Amino acid sequence: MYTTDQYEGMLAETVVVPGYHADLINAYYARPLGVGPFPGMVLIHHLPGWDEWYRETTRKFAAHGYVSICPNLYYREGHGTPEDVAARVRGAGGISDDQVIGDVGGALSILLAQPYVNGKVGIFGTCSGGRHAYLCACRIPGFAALVDCWGGRVTMTTEELTPKQPVAPVDYTSDLSCPILGIFGNDDHGPTTEQVNQLEETLKKHSKDYEFHRYDGAGHGFFYYNSPSYRQEQAKDGWNKVFAFLDKNLKGG
Amino acid sequence: MCTMIAKQTKVTGSGKAGAEWFRVDTASVSYDHPFDMPLEYTLNIDFTNQSGTPGSRVAVELDAASANSLIEAIQAVLRQAVQGGYLEEH
Repeated sequence: MYTTDQYEGMLAETVVVPGYHADLINAYYARPLGVGPFPGMVLIHHLPGWDEWYRETTRKFAAHGYVSICPNLYYREGHGTPEDVAARVRGAGGISDDQVIGDVGGALSILLAQPYVNGKVGIFGTCSGGRHAYLCACRIPGFAALVDCWGGRVTMTTEELTPKQPVAPVDYTSDLSCPILGIFGNDDHGPTTEQVNQLEETLKKHSKDYEFHRYDGAGHGFFYYNSPSYRQEQAKDGWNKVFAFLDKNLKGG
Repeated sequence: MCTMIAKQTKVTGSGKAGAEWFRVDTASVSYDHPFDMPLEYTLNIDFTNQSGTPGSRVAVELDAASANSLIEAIQAVLRQAVQGGYLEEH
Protein backbone atom coordinates (compact mmCIF):
# COMPACT_ATOMS: atom_id res chain seq x y z
CA MET A 1 0.00 0.00 0.00
CA TYR A 2 1.50 3.29 -1.09
CA THR A 3 1.43 6.18 1.34
CA THR A 4 2.33 9.78 0.58
CA ASP A 5 5.34 9.82 2.90
CA GLN A 6 7.19 7.09 0.99
CA TYR A 7 10.22 7.59 -1.21
CA GLU A 8 9.67 6.27 -4.72
CA GLY A 9 12.07 6.16 -7.61
CA MET A 10 12.81 3.92 -10.53
CA LEU A 11 15.19 3.39 -13.38
CA ALA A 12 13.59 2.52 -16.73
CA GLU A 13 15.45 1.93 -19.95
CA THR A 14 15.85 -0.24 -23.00
CA VAL A 15 18.40 -3.03 -22.56
CA VAL A 16 19.70 -5.96 -24.60
CA VAL A 17 19.23 -9.51 -23.35
CA PRO A 18 20.05 -12.98 -24.69
CA GLY A 19 17.19 -14.86 -26.29
CA TYR A 20 16.43 -17.93 -28.35
CA HIS A 21 19.55 -19.48 -29.88
CA ALA A 22 21.61 -16.89 -27.94
CA ASP A 23 20.31 -14.12 -30.22
CA LEU A 24 20.53 -10.69 -28.64
CA ILE A 25 17.15 -8.95 -28.51
CA ASN A 26 16.03 -5.72 -26.91
CA ALA A 27 13.85 -5.49 -23.84
CA TYR A 28 12.27 -2.79 -21.71
CA TYR A 29 13.53 -2.84 -18.14
CA ALA A 30 12.27 -0.97 -15.11
CA ARG A 31 13.36 -1.41 -11.52
CA PRO A 32 12.77 0.34 -8.23
CA LEU A 33 15.74 2.30 -6.95
CA GLY A 34 17.38 0.87 -3.87
CA VAL A 35 19.36 -2.17 -2.84
CA GLY A 36 16.35 -4.43 -2.57
CA PRO A 37 15.96 -7.28 -2.44
CA PHE A 38 13.02 -6.99 -4.83
CA PRO A 39 11.03 -9.71 -6.56
CA GLY A 40 11.07 -9.79 -10.35
CA MET A 41 8.49 -9.88 -13.12
CA VAL A 42 8.73 -10.88 -16.77
CA LEU A 43 6.01 -9.28 -18.90
CA ILE A 44 4.92 -10.92 -22.15
CA HIS A 45 3.49 -8.44 -24.61
CA HIS A 46 0.30 -8.95 -26.58
CA LEU A 47 -0.75 -9.05 -30.24
CA PRO A 48 -0.36 -5.28 -30.81
CA GLY A 49 3.29 -5.79 -30.08
CA TRP A 50 5.93 -4.30 -27.83
CA ASP A 51 3.87 -1.19 -27.48
CA GLU A 52 3.35 1.78 -25.20
CA TRP A 53 0.84 -0.06 -22.97
CA TYR A 54 3.43 -2.71 -22.21
CA ARG A 55 6.19 -0.21 -21.51
CA GLU A 56 3.80 1.62 -19.18
CA THR A 57 2.82 -1.62 -17.49
CA THR A 58 6.47 -2.54 -17.03
CA ARG A 59 6.90 0.74 -15.15
CA LYS A 60 3.70 0.03 -13.21
CA PHE A 61 5.13 -3.20 -11.87
CA ALA A 62 8.37 -1.41 -10.96
CA ALA A 63 6.37 1.22 -9.08
CA HIS A 64 4.81 -1.64 -7.11
CA GLY A 65 8.24 -2.90 -6.13
CA TYR A 66 9.09 -5.41 -8.87
CA VAL A 67 12.22 -5.50 -11.01
CA SER A 68 10.47 -5.88 -14.35
CA ILE A 69 11.49 -6.79 -17.85
CA CYS A 70 9.49 -6.97 -21.07
CA PRO A 71 11.40 -8.62 -23.93
CA ASN A 72 10.61 -7.56 -27.49
CA LEU A 73 9.41 -10.89 -28.88
CA TYR A 74 9.16 -9.38 -32.38
CA TYR A 75 12.75 -8.13 -32.45
CA ARG A 76 13.72 -10.37 -35.36
CA GLU A 77 11.02 -8.89 -37.62
CA GLY A 78 12.90 -5.61 -37.93
CA HIS A 79 12.15 -2.20 -36.50
CA GLY A 80 9.45 0.36 -37.06
CA THR A 81 6.36 1.43 -35.16
CA PRO A 82 5.07 -1.33 -32.84
CA GLU A 83 1.97 -1.59 -35.07
CA ASP A 84 3.93 -2.08 -38.28
CA VAL A 85 6.18 -4.68 -36.71
CA ALA A 86 3.21 -6.50 -35.14
CA ALA A 87 1.34 -6.44 -38.46
CA ARG A 88 4.27 -8.17 -40.12
CA VAL A 89 4.22 -10.87 -37.43
CA ARG A 90 0.44 -11.23 -37.79
CA GLY A 91 0.74 -11.69 -41.53
CA ALA A 92 3.38 -14.38 -41.08
CA GLY A 93 1.15 -16.41 -38.77
CA GLY A 94 2.79 -15.37 -35.52
CA ILE A 95 6.07 -16.42 -33.95
CA SER A 96 7.01 -19.90 -32.85
CA ASP A 97 6.42 -21.13 -29.33
CA ASP A 98 10.01 -22.39 -29.11
CA GLN A 99 11.32 -18.92 -29.97
CA VAL A 100 9.16 -17.33 -27.28
CA ILE A 101 10.35 -19.84 -24.70
CA GLY A 102 13.98 -19.08 -25.60
CA ASP A 103 13.48 -15.33 -25.38
CA VAL A 104 11.58 -15.47 -22.10
CA GLY A 105 14.11 -17.85 -20.60
CA GLY A 106 16.83 -15.34 -21.41
CA ALA A 107 14.91 -12.51 -19.74
CA LEU A 108 14.34 -14.66 -16.65
CA SER A 109 18.05 -15.46 -16.40
CA ILE A 110 18.92 -11.74 -16.51
CA LEU A 111 16.56 -11.00 -13.63
CA LEU A 112 17.81 -13.87 -11.50
CA ALA A 113 21.41 -12.72 -12.00
CA GLN A 114 20.78 -9.29 -10.45
CA PRO A 115 22.07 -8.80 -6.90
CA TYR A 116 18.97 -6.80 -5.94
CA VAL A 117 16.49 -9.55 -6.97
CA ASN A 118 15.24 -11.82 -4.20
CA GLY A 119 15.20 -14.95 -6.36
CA LYS A 120 11.43 -14.94 -6.86
CA VAL A 121 10.26 -14.02 -10.34
CA GLY A 122 6.72 -14.03 -11.70
CA ILE A 123 5.41 -13.91 -15.26
CA PHE A 124 2.51 -11.82 -16.59
CA GLY A 125 0.86 -11.69 -19.98
CA THR A 126 -2.33 -10.56 -21.65
CA CYS A 127 -4.06 -11.82 -24.80
CA SER A 128 -1.51 -13.82 -26.84
CA GLY A 129 0.92 -12.89 -24.07
CA GLY A 130 -1.32 -14.68 -21.59
CA ARG A 131 -1.01 -17.81 -23.68
CA HIS A 132 2.75 -17.37 -23.92
CA ALA A 133 3.00 -16.74 -20.17
CA TYR A 134 1.15 -19.98 -19.44
CA LEU A 135 3.35 -21.86 -21.89
CA CYS A 136 6.57 -20.44 -20.44
CA ALA A 137 5.58 -21.03 -16.82
CA CYS A 138 5.12 -24.70 -17.76
CA ARG A 139 8.20 -25.08 -19.95
CA ILE A 140 10.79 -22.93 -18.12
CA PRO A 141 11.77 -23.90 -14.58
CA GLY A 142 12.16 -21.04 -12.14
CA PHE A 143 8.99 -18.97 -12.16
CA ALA A 144 7.31 -18.48 -8.79
CA ALA A 145 3.95 -17.04 -9.95
CA LEU A 146 1.96 -16.86 -13.18
CA VAL A 147 -0.65 -14.26 -14.16
CA ASP A 148 -2.66 -15.19 -17.25
CA CYS A 149 -4.95 -12.38 -18.35
CA TRP A 150 -7.46 -13.63 -20.94
CA GLY A 151 -4.89 -15.72 -22.76
CA GLY A 152 -6.51 -17.15 -25.89
CA ARG A 153 -5.67 -20.53 -27.39
CA VAL A 154 -4.26 -21.95 -24.15
CA THR A 155 -6.67 -24.76 -24.94
CA MET A 156 -6.56 -25.66 -28.63
CA THR A 157 -8.27 -28.16 -30.90
CA THR A 158 -6.13 -30.46 -33.00
CA GLU A 159 -7.12 -28.43 -36.07
CA GLU A 160 -5.72 -25.26 -34.48
CA LEU A 161 -2.22 -26.69 -34.00
CA THR A 162 0.41 -25.36 -36.41
CA PRO A 163 4.14 -25.92 -36.92
CA LYS A 164 4.76 -22.74 -34.91
CA GLN A 165 2.29 -23.78 -32.20
CA PRO A 166 2.52 -27.58 -32.26
CA VAL A 167 1.23 -28.25 -28.75
CA ALA A 168 -1.59 -26.62 -26.80
CA PRO A 169 -0.15 -24.96 -23.68
CA VAL A 170 -2.79 -26.68 -21.55
CA ASP A 171 -1.17 -30.00 -22.44
CA TYR A 172 1.93 -28.95 -20.48
CA THR A 173 -0.08 -28.28 -17.30
CA SER A 174 1.47 -31.18 -15.39
CA ASP A 175 4.80 -29.29 -15.60
CA LEU A 176 3.42 -26.07 -14.11
CA SER A 177 5.34 -25.55 -10.89
CA CYS A 178 3.96 -22.25 -9.58
CA PRO A 179 0.60 -20.79 -8.53
CA ILE A 180 -1.51 -19.28 -11.31
CA LEU A 181 -3.88 -16.30 -11.24
CA GLY A 182 -6.36 -16.19 -14.13
CA ILE A 183 -8.26 -13.02 -15.05
CA PHE A 184 -11.04 -13.42 -17.63
CA GLY A 185 -14.00 -11.54 -19.07
CA ASN A 186 -17.18 -13.57 -19.44
CA ASP A 187 -18.03 -11.89 -22.76
CA ASP A 188 -14.69 -12.83 -24.33
CA HIS A 189 -14.68 -14.78 -27.60
CA GLY A 190 -11.15 -16.06 -27.06
CA PRO A 191 -10.96 -17.55 -24.49
CA THR A 192 -14.64 -18.34 -24.18
CA THR A 193 -16.13 -19.27 -20.81
CA GLU A 194 -16.15 -22.89 -22.00
CA GLN A 195 -12.43 -22.75 -22.72
CA VAL A 196 -11.78 -21.19 -19.31
CA ASN A 197 -13.84 -24.00 -17.76
CA GLN A 198 -11.71 -26.53 -19.63
CA LEU A 199 -8.52 -24.90 -18.36
CA GLU A 200 -9.83 -24.85 -14.81
CA GLU A 201 -10.75 -28.53 -14.99
CA THR A 202 -7.23 -29.37 -16.15
CA LEU A 203 -5.67 -27.39 -13.30
CA LYS A 204 -7.94 -29.19 -10.84
CA LYS A 205 -7.09 -32.55 -12.34
CA HIS A 206 -3.38 -31.90 -11.81
CA SER A 207 -3.95 -30.45 -8.30
CA LYS A 208 -2.44 -27.09 -9.24
CA ASP A 209 -2.64 -23.99 -7.05
CA TYR A 210 -4.94 -21.70 -9.07
CA GLU A 211 -7.12 -18.66 -8.52
CA PHE A 212 -9.53 -17.58 -11.28
CA HIS A 213 -11.56 -14.38 -11.42
CA ARG A 214 -14.22 -14.11 -14.11
CA TYR A 215 -15.86 -10.77 -14.72
CA ASP A 216 -19.36 -10.12 -15.99
CA GLY A 217 -19.75 -7.12 -18.27
CA ALA A 218 -16.21 -7.51 -19.60
CA GLY A 219 -14.81 -9.13 -22.70
CA HIS A 220 -11.31 -9.32 -24.09
CA GLY A 221 -8.65 -6.84 -23.03
CA PHE A 222 -10.63 -4.99 -20.38
CA PHE A 223 -7.48 -3.53 -18.74
CA TYR A 224 -6.64 -1.55 -21.92
CA TYR A 225 -7.62 2.02 -21.00
CA ASN A 226 -6.97 3.16 -24.59
CA SER A 227 -9.48 0.74 -26.09
CA PRO A 228 -13.28 0.47 -26.19
CA SER A 229 -12.83 -2.88 -24.42
CA TYR A 230 -11.81 -1.05 -21.22
CA ARG A 231 -14.05 -1.69 -18.21
CA GLN A 232 -13.18 0.59 -15.33
CA GLU A 233 -14.78 -1.30 -12.44
CA GLN A 234 -13.58 -4.72 -13.56
CA ALA A 235 -10.10 -3.46 -14.43
CA LYS A 236 -9.65 -1.80 -11.06
CA ASP A 237 -10.64 -4.96 -9.24
CA GLY A 238 -8.55 -7.09 -11.57
CA TRP A 239 -5.40 -5.05 -10.95
CA ASN A 240 -6.01 -5.31 -7.20
CA LYS A 241 -6.24 -9.09 -7.58
CA VAL A 242 -3.01 -9.16 -9.62
CA PHE A 243 -0.96 -7.29 -7.04
CA ALA A 244 -2.47 -9.14 -4.05
CA PHE A 245 -1.55 -12.43 -5.73
CA LEU A 246 1.97 -11.35 -6.64
CA ASP A 247 2.69 -9.73 -3.27
CA LYS A 248 1.62 -12.95 -1.54
CA ASN A 249 3.70 -15.23 -3.75
CA LEU A 250 6.76 -13.13 -4.51
CA LYS A 251 7.25 -10.75 -1.59
CA GLY A 252 6.41 -13.05 1.30
CA GLY A 253 8.71 -15.48 3.06
CA MET B 1 -1.65 -14.22 -33.31
CA CYS B 2 -4.59 -14.04 -30.99
CA THR B 3 -7.03 -15.73 -33.39
CA MET B 4 -4.34 -16.99 -35.79
CA ILE B 5 -6.86 -16.53 -38.60
CA ALA B 6 -4.54 -15.18 -41.27
CA LYS B 7 -3.59 -15.82 -44.88
CA GLN B 8 -1.01 -14.30 -47.17
CA THR B 9 -1.22 -14.04 -50.95
CA LYS B 10 1.30 -12.77 -53.46
CA VAL B 11 0.21 -9.65 -55.34
CA THR B 12 1.71 -7.37 -57.97
CA GLY B 13 1.03 -3.70 -57.55
CA SER B 14 1.88 -0.42 -55.91
CA GLY B 15 0.76 1.04 -52.63
CA LYS B 16 0.95 4.50 -51.11
CA ALA B 17 1.76 5.28 -47.49
CA GLY B 18 2.07 8.97 -46.68
CA ALA B 19 3.53 10.69 -49.73
CA GLU B 20 5.46 7.68 -50.93
CA TRP B 21 4.51 5.04 -53.46
CA PHE B 22 6.23 1.67 -53.33
CA ARG B 23 5.86 -1.75 -54.90
CA VAL B 24 3.74 -4.21 -52.92
CA ASP B 25 4.32 -7.93 -53.28
CA THR B 26 2.17 -9.43 -50.51
CA ALA B 27 -1.33 -9.02 -49.14
CA SER B 28 -1.81 -10.30 -45.60
CA VAL B 29 -5.43 -10.86 -44.67
CA SER B 30 -6.42 -11.59 -41.09
CA TYR B 31 -9.43 -11.58 -38.80
CA ASP B 32 -7.93 -10.45 -35.52
CA HIS B 33 -7.64 -7.52 -33.13
CA PRO B 34 -7.37 -4.15 -34.89
CA PHE B 35 -4.87 -1.47 -33.94
CA ASP B 36 -7.22 1.46 -34.49
CA MET B 37 -10.82 0.49 -35.33
CA PRO B 38 -12.89 0.44 -32.11
CA LEU B 39 -13.99 -3.20 -32.44
CA GLU B 40 -12.78 -6.41 -30.80
CA TYR B 41 -12.01 -8.02 -34.15
CA THR B 42 -11.78 -6.71 -37.71
CA LEU B 43 -10.94 -7.97 -41.16
CA ASN B 44 -7.45 -6.61 -41.67
CA ILE B 45 -5.59 -6.24 -44.95
CA ASP B 46 -1.94 -5.25 -45.05
CA PHE B 47 -0.39 -4.64 -48.46
CA THR B 48 3.35 -4.90 -47.92
CA ASN B 49 6.72 -5.11 -49.56
CA GLN B 50 8.35 -8.02 -47.77
CA SER B 51 11.85 -6.92 -48.69
CA GLY B 52 11.22 -3.47 -47.20
CA THR B 53 10.98 -2.32 -43.60
CA PRO B 54 7.90 -3.12 -41.47
CA GLY B 55 6.72 0.40 -42.31
CA SER B 56 6.37 -0.53 -45.98
CA ARG B 57 2.69 -1.20 -45.39
CA VAL B 58 -0.70 0.01 -46.55
CA ALA B 59 -3.25 -1.07 -43.97
CA VAL B 60 -7.02 -1.18 -43.63
CA GLU B 61 -9.16 -2.53 -40.77
CA LEU B 62 -12.78 -3.24 -41.78
CA ASP B 63 -15.84 -4.57 -40.06
CA ALA B 64 -17.08 -7.85 -41.53
CA ALA B 65 -19.98 -6.27 -43.48
CA SER B 66 -17.61 -3.80 -45.09
CA ALA B 67 -15.21 -6.57 -46.01
CA ASN B 68 -17.97 -8.51 -47.75
CA SER B 69 -19.10 -5.37 -49.58
CA LEU B 70 -15.54 -4.80 -50.72
CA ILE B 71 -15.27 -8.34 -52.11
CA GLU B 72 -18.52 -7.87 -54.05
CA ALA B 73 -17.42 -4.48 -55.36
CA ILE B 74 -14.07 -5.80 -56.57
CA GLN B 75 -15.68 -8.76 -58.30
CA ALA B 76 -18.35 -6.55 -59.91
CA VAL B 77 -15.75 -4.12 -61.22
CA LEU B 78 -13.61 -6.93 -62.65
CA ARG B 79 -16.69 -8.46 -64.35
CA GLN B 80 -17.54 -5.08 -65.86
CA ALA B 81 -13.97 -4.68 -67.10
CA VAL B 82 -14.21 -8.04 -68.85
CA GLN B 83 -17.59 -7.17 -70.34
CA GLY B 84 -16.22 -3.85 -71.59
CA GLY B 85 -13.30 -5.54 -73.29
CA TYR B 86 -10.70 -3.96 -71.03
CA LEU B 87 -9.67 -7.26 -69.49
CA GLU B 88 -9.44 -10.82 -70.69
CA GLU B 89 -11.42 -13.30 -68.64
CA HIS B 90 -9.30 -15.82 -66.81
